[in-house]
Amino acid sequence: MAFLDISHLEKSFGTNRVVKDFSLGIEKGEFVSLLGPSGCGKTTVLRMVGGFETPSAGSIQIDGVDVVGLRSNQRNIGMVFQAYALFPNLTVAQNVAFGLKVAGVDKHETAERVTEMLTLIGLSDLGARYPFQLSGGQQQRVALARALAVRPKVLLLDEPLSALDAKIRASLRREIREIQQRLGITTIFVTHDQEEALSMSDRVVVMTGGKADQIGTPFEIYSHPTTRFVAGFVGTLNTFDAVVTDPATGAITLGETPLTLNRAIAAKNGAVVTLAMRPESATLGTGQPGDVTLTGRIAEVQFLGAIIRITADVGGQNLTLDTFNRTDMPPPAIGSDMAISLPTSSMVVLVE
Amino acid sequence: MNRFMAWTAIILGCIYFILPMTGMVEFSLSMRRGVYSLDAYRVVLADPVFQATFSYSVIMALFTIAFGVLLVVPTAYWVQLKMPEIRPVVEFITLLPLVIPAIVVVFGYIRLYNTSSWLPLTGSVTGTNILLMFGYATLALPYMYRAVDTGLRSIDVATLTEAAQSLGAGWLRIMATLILPNVLGAVLSGAFLTFAIVIGEFTMAALLDRPAFGPYMQLLGANRAYEPAALAVIAFAITWACMGLIHMVSRLSKHKRVSH
Repeated sequence: MAFLDISHLEKSFGTNRVVKDFSLGIEKGEFVSLLGPSGCGKTTVLRMVGGFETPSAGSIQIDGVDVVGLRSNQRNIGMVFQAYALFPNLTVAQNVAFGLKVAGVDKHETAERVTEMLTLIGLSDLGARYPFQLSGGQQQRVALARALAVRPKVLLLDEPLSALDAKIRASLRREIREIQQRLGITTIFVTHDQEEALSMSDRVVVMTGGKADQIGTPFEIYSHPTTRFVAGFVGTLNTFDAVVTDPATGAITLGETPLTLNRAIAAKNGAVVTLAMRPESATLGTGQPGDVTLTGRIAEVQFLGAIIRITADVGGQNLTLDTFNRTDMPPPAIGSDMAISLPTSSMVVLVE
Repeated sequence: MNRFMAWTAIILGCIYFILPMTGMVEFSLSMRRGVYSLDAYRVVLADPVFQATFSYSVIMALFTIAFGVLLVVPTAYWVQLKMPEIRPVVEFITLLPLVIPAIVVVFGYIRLYNTSSWLPLTGSVTGTNILLMFGYATLALPYMYRAVDTGLRSIDVATLTEAAQSLGAGWLRIMATLILPNVLGAVLSGAFLTFAIVIGEFTMAALLDRPAFGPYMQLLGANRAYEPAALAVIAFAITWACMGLIHMVSRLSKHKRVSH
């Protein structure tokens, strides 16, 4: 059994089922993100683990102990909130020491632990300040130190970066991950930001409609999405309708072009399936042998600095492709016809 | 023209308030014929009945404040945290003392808690004191509840509570170390208002026959000339001191930005 084991978790508010049969096992020291749009149930799952909501059904076990019957203050979890939630009447040091005081840790050890935590977050000289005297990023780091000071079994992060500006968000993202890895603390991170989820996590759970749509490493989630929702929610995607001609060999017809994926497709002969492909997989010009080469008319060129995003019209369907900007090769002209090659190995067949 | 009208209104308003007060202060200083003196104050302050009734009212005020805080802070906290939907009902109940006269309340008390009732509070001095404290708390309820509720709304009660719970804290600790200190300014505002109400309250104390400051002021006013004016000035001074303290407390809370 996993260190944190969530099994068949359900939550309803009245007739509204917010979480449906959610199961997830998290190993000790793992960093798992719950990623999904607003209202997908990710925060509710986190709050049930934290003890702030009671599940309608299912179990949550931490280190082999079922915690559903325990109150949040008996679960030994650390939580960081979007709104920081620092105690405004206490100084930074007192905030960090709060949980230790509650636990009855003696003064000497408390002082040591507070110093250790403030050093960990790089704010050792700000212990005497009040929360209002800190910036948003500093406040959130104090909130993290406060949650970690009690050495919780599980750390819960509820969109901790959402209230911060982009630059701070990126640096704090790295900092949180680094601290998590250094302490080896089991962590659940809730976010609606795919970049955060992909860059920080060992595994990502993509949620929609109260269910886990796909669970996998960031690479798996991005490169091999199994559902249309995951494919569409994580990153940008080109989708095409194709007709299956031989499911066993993966032969399909894309428009007028027949091609073979060389892997079995879970669909019947003649069925219409969705083919998906990331913009960075397609290339301008003729690619490797075996690639599908189509001709498209360049409809739009977005210059994004390191990357150029090109939208081409291929037989009435829009196809987006990303290429690196090269100083010796200017972007294609709008309206020009270009060859576009699509490697079959990076085409994903979406089942639903 | 507009400016002129505004200033006229302000000056008229000031005259309306300041003139009677100046007259009262002047009269309270005129006990000795021909010169201004503090004789009236000396007489009042030396009167053992003044000392007894004032002490009684101060003690009653302190008990009322303690009871009010214990009643209102957890109630307002719970309403905000767990039952925001019943807020209008609670607000309505806390406003009732403003529309039900004190005399009606106290008659109700006497009717309910007289010596032949199932809870004969008026049968003993302590019982009557307790009843009077309940009465005072009721009168102060609209002010106390409003002050505390406003204070609670200015902080994110739900998230702070959850943060404290996740750190292992129980309800009592959350109330004592987080909620109360964060609404201390509001609680103290409510407390000083309660103090001012209790010190000047007449109806309840008189009808329950307790030796409070209000009935003493009335008694003195009916029988003496200069002393009541001195007493009124003292009562004003107490009220103003309370208001000053409210202001000072809100300025001195060091964990908040001074916004004024």
